[in-house]
Amino acid sequence: MGVHAKQAGAVAAGLTIPTLVLADWGINMPAGVTATSNDIYGLHMTILWICIAIGAVVFGVMFWSIFAHRKSKGHKPAHFHEHPLVEVVWTVIPLLILVIMAIPATATLVDMYDTTESDIDIKVTGYQWKWHYDYIDEEFGFFSALTTPRDQIYNRTAKGEHYLLEVDNEMVIPVGKKVRLLLTANDVIHSWWVPEFGVKKDAIPGFINEAWTRVDVPGVYRGQCTELCGKDHAFMPIVVRAVPEAEYLAWVDEQKAAAETERELTQKDWTMAELMERGEGVYARACAACHQADGSGLPPAFPALKASALVTGPADGHLEVVVNGVSGTAMQAFGGQLSEADLAAVITYERNAWGNNTGDMVTPKQVFDFKNQ
Amino acid sequence: MSAVIDDHTQEHDHGPAGGITRWLLTTNHKDIGTMYLIFSFSMFLLGGTFAMVIRAELFYPGLQIVEPEFFNQMTTMHGLVMVFGAVMPAFVGLANWMIPLMIGAPDMALPRMNNWSFWLLPCAFLILVSTLFMSGGGPNFGWTFYAPLSTTYGPPSTTFFIFAIHIMGVSSIMGAINVIATVLNLRAPGMTLMKMPLFVWTWLITAFLLIAVMPVLAGVVTMMLMDINFGTSFFDASGGGDPVLFQHVFWFFGHPEVYIMILPAFGAVSQIIPAFSRKRLFGYASMVYATGAIALLSFLVWAHHMFTVGIPVAGQLFFMYATMLIAVPTGVKVFNWVATMFRGALTFEAPMLFAIAFVILFTIGGFSGLMLAISPADFQYHDTYFVVAHFHYVLVPGAIFGIFASAYYWLPKWTGYMYDESLAKAHFWMSFIGMNLAFFPMHFLGLAGMPRRIPDYALQFADFNMISSIGAFMFGATQILFLLIVVKCARGGVAAAAKPWEGAEGLEWTVPSPAPYHTFTTPPVVE
Ligand code: HEC
Ligand code: HEM
Ligand SMILES: [Cu+2]
Ligand SMILES: [Cu+2]
Repeated sequence: MGVHAKQAGAVAAGLTIPTLVLADWGINMPAGVTATSNDIYGLHMTILWICIAIGAVVFGVMFWSIFAHRKSKGHKPAHFHEHPLVEVVWTVIPLLILVIMAIPATATLVDMYDTTESDIDIKVTGYQWKWHYDYIDEEFGFFSALTTPRDQIYNRTAKGEHYLLEVDNEMVIPVGKKVRLLLTANDVIHSWWVPEFGVKKDAIPGFINEAWTRVDVPGVYRGQCTELCGKDHAFMPIVVRAVPEAEYLAWVDEQKAAAETERELTQKDWTMAELMERGEGVYARACAACHQADGSGLPPAFPALKASALVTGPADGHLEVVVNGVSGTAMQAFGGQLSEADLAAVITYERNAWGNNTGDMVTPKQVFDFKNQ
Repeated sequence: MSAVIDDHTQEHDHGPAGGITRWLLTTNHKDIGTMYLIFSFSMFLLGGTFAMVIRAELFYPGLQIVEPEFFNQMTTMHGLVMVFGAVMPAFVGLANWMIPLMIGAPDMALPRMNNWSFWLLPCAFLILVSTLFMSGGGPNFGWTFYAPLSTTYGPPSTTFFIFAIHIMGVSSIMGAINVIATVLNLRAPGMTLMKMPLFVWTWLITAFLLIAVMPVLAGVVTMMLMDINFGTSFFDASGGGDPVLFQHVFWFFGHPEVYIMILPAFGAVSQIIPAFSRKRLFGYASMVYATGAIALLSFLVWAHHMFTVGIPVAGQLFFMYATMLIAVPTGVKVFNWVATMFRGALTFEAPMLFAIAFVILFTIGGFSGLMLAISPADFQYHDTYFVVAHFHYVLVPGAIFGIFASAYYWLPKWTGYMYDESLAKAHFWMSFIGMNLAFFPMHFLGLAGMPRRIPDYALQFADFNMISSIGAFMFGATQILFLLIVVKCARGGVAAAAKPWEGAEGLEWTVPSPAPYHTFTTPPVVE
């Protein structure tokens, strides 16, 4: 792609204008990198050409009438106003065309629904506004959220090459293996779409949907959430890296080791400074979208944490809200989403940032005890 | 009292009441029709303003003008206002004005209810638009208001939104009952059903659709109301409810709704094309049957909006086949219009220009609809700008151009003056170019992967978005011209004959222009 953006300082908001020449003038669906996406592309092109052919005939006759049968040319109107044979013909022919079209469409659909005999199962959960990938067989999982800086979104710096299509943790899959996706959501409905796989499936709270893909070409593939899911719907992309199997296995080992280290962090003795530093990062990642970086929130939808009675009050109340969430609101239960160390860090951070100087420190052990009380 | 027996028509008996009460209390179908049309046009401008905000934000990548929260309110309000405020009331307005004139009836069958169903609408929209100023903002969950985004996660104003929808629904149902009662009971002697003008036919069928599905819409918003305020869990998975149920109920209303927005336009165009082709409509009977077939099939295709929610493969196939089938009667209509033009004697006044553009561009929208029906391909198209392109091709040159065509066609009858033809042609060409510039590139954007309902997009979508915004501004600005043309025409100009169009047919052209306040107090006889 290689798109650069340049500053247009004159405009108060600081608009950035992407240079026209460099941008991508893609006008058609990508054929993609899976058998499914290629089948879909084939169907798309077939039906497109059928439409173009029918259009050529219909509009051809119409334009002929417009040019030849004008009153200004002295054309006298004919008197026919029905013709049973013609009417039957133009009912039956489209019907036949549709039957012919339905056959390959049915075959592709049945194939897309065949989620049996998968090699790897990944549970994909949509959250407001990030994805969670759980490698069920390997017992590790992680969140994947947008990394595009707000400065780029608000046009304060030039936009990067993968603007809005970049994440912190990519989903990694091996090439040539059938990957089954089990999709669900934690809050509202989301939809997981990677165009080049030809996979789009809704992630619905309370349901588990299935989809599958087998990618043969290694590479990085990007997609987006395609079901309106609230304010940051535009900002929860999907990035999948397809790698050779050996590389995949090495990555899995790394992830498992990292999960283990994470668990050990709970046991470690933390200092206030360490917790604050870690907490700031966790906050930016997990909380700032709603409560804003400066803790001021977006009332009335998202309350301010700065000077909040709950945040500056007893630690248990604070733990309760963050670990178990507030049911029926956008405040999720973070107990299952963040590690004990991250929970302790973010709570400590909230209790001491933006002038909430409670001086309290909440340790991972405390969080562990709270969860298991 | 005068001793002279009033043996000529009663048309001179009484004219409209004076002042504001004329409009508040009127039971006259022409006054009510006019009010519906004015209301509809103001909603068109309001919904259009929201669209301009959307297009301005999407002009460049990045966030410049509005925040995502407000952007979502704009897309939602734009959709709601256009569908329920602009298109539906415009057709009810046309029905009010024209159905009695076309079937030789003195008025609508239920004139007081007619007044009520109109005045409910401004109330409903006042409530709806006021939500934008409430704390937490207006509806921000799309015009399809999927649960649980609109229930558990909706803004506090959602209850007002539900109330507004209820009022609109009541208004539509009453309007529909009125149309059915009028058409079935008040036709002039000799006007059998199969002699009715097609506009009357399509409206009759539309009215049945309305009565069938508006209660379903009322049902679904009532379930939302219960979930939000009374602790039920129809759509809340954590309480044992089912978010997909919402979509089934919504689209059971929603798909027939899209035909509600297009069938009356089919009817209007079927009046206009023969008039300016100076040739009878080709295949009248098949037009009627095709409309009926479309209406019936429209109840069997709702899940084509839900191909990605994970319905079982058998259901997927059923809805794919049923949707493809709808293309057949729709095709028949298009073929009939073209056959009507074929070997006619065509002239191209503004109503005809809009009608021809209707046929061409609606057909393009129909083609993309056929593509969307192919369920595997829909996995790629769904919820992208390809869908936005599709439904704007059926709504803007479909419903809206159909309304413009009707307005120009019948304006001489309404006002008694001819509109300014060259201004109307300018209106047509600028709308035509602006609309294609705005919406054609959206096909490319969708195919290249741009999701809908997003305030910011990846850089490869930048160019077409800019073009689309330019087209949208052009289309939007052009509509001010329409307002000028209508005002100018209402205020004077060349007097219109009773039948200003050489090839026009129908009872409405037998009364003088402007149509007197009371017409057909003695029914005409149709041979
Ligand atoms: C999706 C939006 C969202 C995200 C992300 C989010 N919150 Fe919240 N949060 C809310 C909402 C909404 C409430 C108000 C709940 C209620 O109505 O009581 C809330 C309330 C709170 C409160 C109680 C505030 C008070 O004064 O009552 C705390 C503390 C809190 N959140 C902490 C966090 C932390 C820590 C994170 C990150 C780990 C976080 N939130 C992430 C939406 C969010
Ligand atoms: C003035 C010309 C118009 C312009 C420029 C325009 C533009 C748009 C755009 C850009 C969107 C997509 C928003 C998004 O997904 O982010 C949209 C959505 C929509 N438009 Fe329009 N539109 C116009 C006229 C109409 C008309 C006349 C109708 C209906 C009769 C209509 C009905 C809708 C509907 C139903 C939606 C979907 C809203 C949603 O996503 O919930 N639009 N419009
Ligand atoms: Cu989303
Ligand atoms: Cu539909």
